Amino acid sequence: MTERIIIAGAGGQGIMLLGKVLSMAAMRKGKFVTWLPSYGAEVRGGTAHCMVVISDQEIGSPYIDKADTLIVMNKPSLTRFQSKIKDKGLVLINSSLIDKYPRGNSRLLPCPFSELAMKLGNIKVANMVALGAFLSQRKIVDLKDIFGVISDIAPEDKRGLIEVNKRALEEGAKYGSR
Amino acid sequence: MNKIFSRPKSLRNISTHYCPGCGHGIAHRLIAEIVDELGIRQRVIGIAPVGCAVIAYDYWDFDCCEAAHGRALAVATGIKRVRPQNIVFTYQGDGDLAAIGTNETIHAANRGENLTVVFINNAVYGMTGGQMAPTTLLGQKTATTPRGRSAATEGWPLKISEMLALLPGVKFIERTSLHSVQEVIKTKRAIKQAFQNQVDKIGFSLVEVLSPCPTYLGLSPVEALEWIRKTMIKEFPLGRIK
Amino acid sequence: MAKTKVLMTGNEAIAEGAIQGGCRFYAGYPITPQNELIAYMARHLLPAGGVFIQAESELAAINMVFAAAAAGSRAMTSSSSPGISLKQEGISYIAGAELPAVIVNIMRGGPGLGNIWPAQSDYFQATRGGGHGDYRCIVLAPSSVQEAYDLMALAFELADRYRNPAIILGDGMLGQMMEPLSVHSPQPTVHRKKNILPNKKWALTGCKGRKPNIIKSFYMKEGDLEKFNLRLQEKYKIIKQKEQRCDSLFLEDAQVILVAYGTMARIARGAVTKLREDGKKIGLIRPVTLWPFPDKVFKRLAISDKRLAILVIEMSYGQMLDDVRLAVNCQAPVEFLGRSGGGVPSEGEIINKVRKLLRTREPEN
Repeated sequence: MTERIIIAGAGGQGIMLLGKVLSMAAMRKGKFVTWLPSYGAEVRGGTAHCMVVISDQEIGSPYIDKADTLIVMNKPSLTRFQSKIKDKGLVLINSSLIDKYPRGNSRLLPCPFSELAMKLGNIKVANMVALGAFLSQRKIVDLKDIFGVISDIAPEDKRGLIEVNKRALEEGAKYGSR
Repeated sequence: MNKIFSRPKSLRNISTHYCPGCGHGIAHRLIAEIVDELGIRQRVIGIAPVGCAVIAYDYWDFDCCEAAHGRALAVATGIKRVRPQNIVFTYQGDGDLAAIGTNETIHAANRGENLTVVFINNAVYGMTGGQMAPTTLLGQKTATTPRGRSAATEGWPLKISEMLALLPGVKFIERTSLHSVQEVIKTKRAIKQAFQNQVDKIGFSLVEVLSPCPTYLGLSPVEALEWIRKTMIKEFPLGRIK
Repeated sequence: MAKTKVLMTGNEAIAEGAIQGGCRFYAGYPITPQNELIAYMARHLLPAGGVFIQAESELAAINMVFAAAAAGSRAMTSSSSPGISLKQEGISYIAGAELPAVIVNIMRGGPGLGNIWPAQSDYFQATRGGGHGDYRCIVLAPSSVQEAYDLMALAFELADRYRNPAIILGDGMLGQMMEPLSVHSPQPTVHRKKNILPNKKWALTGCKGRKPNIIKSFYMKEGDLEKFNLRLQEKYKIIKQKEQRCDSLFLEDAQVILVAYGTMARIARGAVTKLREDGKKIGLIRPVTLWPFPDKVFKRLAISDKRLAILVIEMSYGQMLDDVRLAVNCQAPVEFLGRSGGGVPSEGEIINKVRKLLRTREPEN
């Protein structure tokens, strides 16, 4: 098994964290993992992306030419990365912010990540809604593995947010498996 | 019979390579005397510059380190931070401290490193053959200012001691001269204070020493001393700056 | 002790590996893409009993490292390509004064300000000395986050053993990426305080109970500098003999051997795996030491086999290529695939190149 995932969105949408949480959970399951961020000239409000490779074998390139899965949180990210999705690959789209998307050879899964997050009372957990939806499609790790990572890495002053992150993951998973 | 004058233990018994009338030999000896008097020979570490004093470590009889041109205060910082129990000083000329090494000088001073700096200002580059120094006076002729230093093209003599005095990290700055016995005694007093400050953990202390370079001033040794007294101290007034 | 895995960037792993390897002095100046390294040092070196300085420039940083090494500490700096260029004078002095120090270069695109994307175009600078004078640095090239961590202790050990600068040559991708890392202790802070320095009698500590020590690289007396250089050359000869390190895959039956280091080697390994699945006899040599270059492994190859071809792959336009050619010494064709300036040869590009190579060589089979 090798799963190559590109996660992209606006700076501040928790793109890097989504990738890190997934990577950590997979690492704890004994998988080989690489996480490669976009870096440098990125600023808050600009675009951000990371590339995550999860595998049972040693990983060659951490850079992804053709992704098995693309998770896009805003429109510019879709424009930028749609050519990177491999034939019949999975594309998770934040339909709250992306109204039109091309029908290609990929399997599209539009899901209102931002709206679901707002319903939970915190738009910042849209990333966890997306992760929940992704895991409903690709069972690389269980939701409870993600719960474990989140409670381990939450800093002291943010422990109050653990619960809403968990609910976001569940909401996403529920929506994704419909 | 009481011996009242002898070679300091911290000064090796060899003759120096300096030109007749050069101030380096005096300054080296003053430092050696001070190191002996403060009883710090076994824990002092000297940083030799690039310039005429590049082989100062051949004359001092204690641990010494070379530094690339201008980097003496970066080197002193590295050693002092690793070994705060040692007494670390730099010995630098005007080109080393105030031209190529200005950045290191300002930032070591601004960090308030607990270091001692002996800054030899002779208004000219010696080792490379008499070119303009940052402290060369207006109108002064050198190999690279054949018509005399002009403010319009070379700017003004750089008063780095006054500049450094503005920094809160700097605790002690004095400008002295070697042009007379009286001034040599004052110079020794100032350098000793700068070392004592380090022993007492007071912080960054610098003594700027106006020093004769007869060879590249084109003067006799006596005339060079006169030139400092009459001309140079007008631009670089002596006394405590901070 | 059970090994715990943590997810870390290459930059952080290098910093932690350095601290575990006994580094107690760091001076550096920020530059992308190695900023996580300096930030990690700022957080963790002081609690480990070390000294951290954000210097005013790369020049100051390398000279502080020169000094800390002269005072007996395990000292290092890090930067990325343009900053490493600035440090070259200091590295030359470190080599000339025979001081042990470690320099990390997380390479980015050049020349000039270039860009911040990964590259391997500082190979010549690292392996040929880089600054003025006839000197060499020991150069280690990690290709994973784990190896980046592991090689730091080795770098300090080699630097101390030979009193010579050692360079860790990585690239922006290795520095930025995260991978699981087994740290040698589950609580990285636990045994850091233990001072594991070897005895350095030459260090500047004050001349109590001994003759004064002098650290210098200046030899003015006629003949002295030549003598010193000959001694350096003798040292380098020993290093070349004893310290070559490399990894290899499937050399026994390979008809095409890929040669790549660092990040490029892991991408090449991916290509080898795919080509092997396809029945192609492809091998891989991954130099771990770039200087000394592991030429022994090339000499052991069955180069008499007329079918053998070698393909060097770099994130540059051919720098390690020269060393491979010297090692192969015209005994086999040496081909090249390279991109630079932020371009990274992909697995697909490597596979295409190998297939083409196999096709053109088929008539000889």
